[in-house]
Amino acid sequence: MKVTFWGTRGSLPAPLSAAAVRAKIVNALVKGAGHGLDSADKAAAFCDAQLSFAEAGTYGGNSSCVQVDTGGGEYLLCDLGSGVREFSLSALARHGPSRPQTYNVLVSHVHWDHIMGFPFFVPAFIPGNRIRLHSCHPQLERAIRNQNSAPCFPVEFSQLAASIEFVPLEPGRPYEIAGARVTGKLQLHGNDSYGYRIEKDGKSVVYTTDSEHKLDQPAEMAAFAEFFRQADLVIFDSMYSLADAASVKEDWGHSSNVVGVELCQMAQARHLVLFHHEPIHDDARIQGIHRETMRLEQITRSGAPLQISAAYDGLIVDV
Amino acid sequence: MEAKQTRLSGSLILRPAGRVDMGNAEAFKELLLRVLAEAKTALVLDLAELEYISSAGLRAIMIASRAAKSGGVALGVAAMQPVVAEIFAISRFDLVFPCFASCREALARLAPDALAGFDAL
Repeated sequence: MKVTFWGTRGSLPAPLSAAAVRAKIVNALVKGAGHGLDSADKAAAFCDAQLSFAEAGTYGGNSSCVQVDTGGGEYLLCDLGSGVREFSLSALARHGPSRPQTYNVLVSHVHWDHIMGFPFFVPAFIPGNRIRLHSCHPQLERAIRNQNSAPCFPVEFSQLAASIEFVPLEPGRPYEIAGARVTGKLQLHGNDSYGYRIEKDGKSVVYTTDSEHKLDQPAEMAAFAEFFRQADLVIFDSMYSLADAASVKEDWGHSSNVVGVELCQMAQARHLVLFHHEPIHDDARIQGIHRETMRLEQITRSGAPLQISAAYDGLIVDV
Repeated sequence: MEAKQTRLSGSLILRPAGRVDMGNAEAFKELLLRVLAEAKTALVLDLAELEYISSAGLRAIMIASRAAKSGGVALGVAAMQPVVAEIFAISRFDLVFPCFASCREALARLAPDALAGFDAL
């Protein structure tokens, strides 16, 4: 499988400001002074070798949308945050508008940041396309129809030309979707959310965002470790610090990098991707959290190493 | 998990040893609350012999910290081993609890009346 991250922010999109872009340019110019950067190739090589990811790039600002390429003929996405617009433009560039496609989406829940991209999901406007919105969440259809209606949006749901189906899923029951086996799990979040484990050819990806974990409930933690069991990739809601998640932001429905490491270690998972970044965090802050999380994994490791990544818009992971 | 206690005129030092993880975090929390009930001025957690603490263990200290605050008792953390200090920093609990390099430093700040007794140990 190949996993592409199109939107990685939590709560709402967080685009870079002009001041932030300028600060990156100023920093790069100062660091590059005296290095003879008189061509684009030299400048690009300097960026790759001498600047950190946060200095030379950005984690991005779109809200949750992840594509899981299962190798079949149908698309599979997780969530419809603002990142789905970038995905849809990419898909259209690949196929053109005249070749109908099937787009499967696993929707975690219906909070706005996870469905806000759907009104701008271009394939929904094109006749012949088939869009299947799968979810364990019982309010998905109502939320999507309400979002595509006045006064929130000028294009009514009934005007969308593609064939759009709402496919209810039961948690704990495996389904065959886009050539993969998909199993949902109820998560602790306001008005509920659902994680999905996606399995294909002996490989597994777990998409688990907007999920709080109660540290005083070992059975609940063990159940999630089982859901993550030996996963090749765990895309994990690490929005808050552990201290915040356990104190001032308790019951806000999110988790932390520390709990992500602990659960993945319990599960003997192979790769943890920090996801649903706090929108107030700038690139340097997210990079710092990534480095700290790698260090935490190193000092608490008791078995095989757990790879740690911080998701960014455009990240591609082969599983 | 072993935990030695030292009583110092209204304050206590608790020295847990080994690991606090999901398996014993609840017992650790109960221990903290029991010890806290005996403290009048301060409870200092001497973590010099603590090798590892998980998220559940950190939460146990946070519960005790809340109880201490409502009871008018100061709670501080002292003498962390480097690995434990890193776990506190990465989890940001170093911003939640007063952390000190040594028990003496903790007592000097939280319970000066207990210092003489501590120095006499």
